[in-house]
Amino acid sequence: MFENLQDKLNTAFRTLKGKDRISDINVAATTKEVRKALVDADVNFKIAKEITDRIKETALDRKILISVEPGQMFVKIVQEELTELMGGKAEGINIKGDPAVILIAGLQGSGKTTFSGKLAQHLKKQGRQVLLTACDVYRPAAIDQLKVLGEQIGVEVYAEPENKNAVSIAENAVAYARKSGKKIVIVDTAGRLAVDEVMMNEVADIKSTIQPTEILFVVDSMTGQDAVNTAKTFNERLNFDGVVLTKLDGDARGGAALSIRQVVEKPIKFISTGEKMEALDAFYPDRMASRILGMGDVISLVERA
Amino acid sequence: EKTNDSFFGKLSKALVGKTTIDDDVLDELEDILVSSDVGVETTLKVIKRIEERVARDKYATTAELDRILREEIAELLIQNKSVDFTDSFETQHLPKPYVIMVVGVNGVGKTTTIGKLAHQFNQRGHKVVLGAADTFRAAAVDQLKLWGQRVNVPVIDHGMNTDPSAVAFDALKKAKEVGADVVIIDTAGRLHTKVNLMNELSKIKRVMQKIIPDSPHEVLLVLDGSTGQNAVIQAREFTKVTEITALAVTKLDGTAKGGVVIGISDEFKIPVKYIGVGEKMDDLQVFDRVEFVDSLFKKIG
Ligand SMILES: Nc1nc2c(ncn2[C@@H]2O[C@H](COP(=O)(O)OP(=O)(O)OP(=O)(O)O)[C@@H](O)[C@H]2O)c(=O)[nH]1
Ligand SMILES: Nc1nc2c(ncn2[C@@H]2O[C@H](COP(=O)(O)OP(=O)(O)OP(=O)(O)O)[C@@H](O)[C@H]2O)c(=O)[nH]1
Ligand SMILES: [Mg+2]
Ligand SMILES: [Mg+2]
Repeated sequence: MFENLQDKLNTAFRTLKGKDRISDINVAATTKEVRKALVDADVNFKIAKEITDRIKETALDRKILISVEPGQMFVKIVQEELTELMGGKAEGINIKGDPAVILIAGLQGSGKTTFSGKLAQHLKKQGRQVLLTACDVYRPAAIDQLKVLGEQIGVEVYAEPENKNAVSIAENAVAYARKSGKKIVIVDTAGRLAVDEVMMNEVADIKSTIQPTEILFVVDSMTGQDAVNTAKTFNERLNFDGVVLTKLDGDARGGAALSIRQVVEKPIKFISTGEKMEALDAFYPDRMASRILGMGDVISLVERA
Repeated sequence: EKTNDSFFGKLSKALVGKTTIDDDVLDELEDILVSSDVGVETTLKVIKRIEERVARDKYATTAELDRILREEIAELLIQNKSVDFTDSFETQHLPKPYVIMVVGVNGVGKTTTIGKLAHQFNQRGHKVVLGAADTFRAAAVDQLKLWGQRVNVPVIDHGMNTDPSAVAFDALKKAKEVGADVVIIDTAGRLHTKVNLMNELSKIKRVMQKIIPDSPHEVLLVLDGSTGQNAVIQAREFTKVTEITALAVTKLDGTAKGGVVIGISDEFKIPVKYIGVGEKMDDLQVFDRVEFVDSLFKKIG
C-alpha cells in the first residue's frame, strides 16, 4: 500500500518535471491520491477531505524542493501531519479517588470485556487493589466471561447474576469496593448501538450514578466510515475521557482512529493487540500514522506470545 | 427518506435532457457510496457503470433513472444461487444433516447468528444440533449453550480448552444419530492474519469429513456490518483456507451501512445470505438486494 501510494505520487509529480517547487497543480493531483489512500484506510471521507486540504497548504507553505523521490517526500509530510493530528502528550488515566471508578463503554463486540480484564491486570501489576464489575446483564454468559478472565488474572469480579438492573449493580459494586478496600473499580458494560436510546440512557444513568473518574470508549480498529457517528453520540452522552483501540494485532489500517480523534478530540489511551490478557499497549501516534498510510508497523503489532 | 428524495431529486434535475451526468452529481453519489463503506475502487466502478448506462440508454422519467442507479449497484451483489433462495430455512431439498460451519474474525456476531439461525430452522420444525467448537474464548461454550436453551436446541460441547475438531466430529456424529436436519458449528473468532488459527479451520473441516464426506455443505463467513475496508481482506483470506459459500452481515440495526459487501460479493462471487438486525433471536433476515441498496441512500451522515 505504502509503495503503491508513493508510486502514484511519483507519477503525479513527474508531470511537472523541470519545476523545482511543489506547485498548486501537482499538489492537487497528489492530495487526491492521498485522500483515496486515507479513505481506503477507513478514515472518514469528510475528515480525509479536511486533512488533505490542510496538507496541501502545508506542502505549498513549505515550498519543498522536488527531489528525486517527491512521492516519498510528500508521504513524509503526510505522515508528520497525521502524527500531529493524533498526537499531543501521552495522557494516562485518572485513578485518583476512593475508589477510582473506570467505566468501559462501546459497541457490541468491540472488545470491552477483554480490555476490562487487561486493564485490571495492568493496574494489578502496579500493585493496586482492583475490582472488576460485570454490568452486562444482557449478553448470554457475559458475566461468566468476565469471571473467567478475573480468575485468570487473579482479580475479584463483582456480579449479581439475578439482578437485571445494571445501574444498581454498578452502584453496589462501588459500595462493595469501598467496604472491602479496593482502590479501583472497573465497570464492564454491555455493548450498545449509539442509536439505541434505551441502552444509551442506561449507560448515561450508570455514569451519573457512580460518577466515574475515567470513562473509556472502546472501538474496534476495523471500524469503517460509521466510526464518527458512533464516537460522536457516545461522547455527547458520556463525555468520555479517552479511547481504546482494539484488535490492532490484525492488518486493519485503523483510519477510524484518526476520524474519532478529529471528531471528539479525545486522546487514544490504550491499544489492544490480542486476545491474551497481556496484549495491551500504549498508543504511539507516529506508529498509527504510518499504519494508516500503509507503511507497516511491526513493532506494536506483534502479539506477545 | 428526506435525503433519499433530495439526492434523487438533485440527480434527476441535473440529468434532464442530458446524456451524461454532471460532476457535482457524481461527486455526491461518490460521497454516498464511500460513506457507506463501499470503498473507493468499487465506488469508481459503480460510477463508471452508471455513466456508461446513462450514455447508452435513454431514460424518460426520474423514476426510471432512480431504478437504473439502483439496478447498477444491485447488479454487483451476486444472487444467491442455491435452490433455497426464496426461503433459506427450508431443508427438504438439502443433504441431511445439512452441515453449516460458521467462521469470522473476533466479535463479529458468529455465535449470535448461530442462535438466530437455529431458531429459524427450529421454528419450521427442522431438527437442529449445535456444536460448540469455540473452546478458546472465555465462556464461549456457555454462551452457545445459553442460546441453545433459549431457542430450545441441543448443544454438543466438550467444555473449554478442548480440541475444536473433536467437538465438530461429535456434533456431526450426534446429528446423524438423532436424525437432525441441520447441524451448525460455532468456531472461535480468529483474525485472518493468524496462520495457525486459520489452518485450524482446515483441520476442523477435514475431521468433519470423516463423518460426512461432503461436509461442511455451507461455510458461512460472518462480517460485522460496521467494518470498513478490512472486510475485503477478511473475505480474501478466509476464502483461501476454506471455501466460503455465503456471507452473513451483522449489526445492520445501527447506522453503519455495510456497503463493503458490495465489492466483496462482486470480487469473490459470494452471495450475502443473511443480515443481522439486532441481538434477539428473531433479529435475522434473509438478505434482500433491493432493500439493501435502498438503505444505502437513507440517513446519509
Ligand atoms: N485478536 C484480537 N481479539 C480481540 C482483541 N480484543 C478483544 N478481542 C476478541 O474480540 C471478541 C470480542 O471481545 P469482547 O471483549 O467479548 O467484546 P465486548 O465489547 O465485551 O463484546 P460485547 O460485550 O458483546 O459487546 C472476543 O473474541 C475477544 O477475544 C484484540 O485486541 N485482538
Ligand atoms: N446490534 C446487534 N448486535 C449484534 C448482532 N449480532 C451480534 N451482536 C452482538 O455482538 C456481540 C458479539 O456477538 P457474538 O455472537 O458473541 O460474536 P462472535 O463472532 O461469536 O464473537 P467471538 O466468538 O468472540 O469471536 C454480542 O454483544 C452480540 O449480542 C446484530 O445483528 N445486531
Ligand atoms: Mg462484553
Ligand atoms: Mg462466538
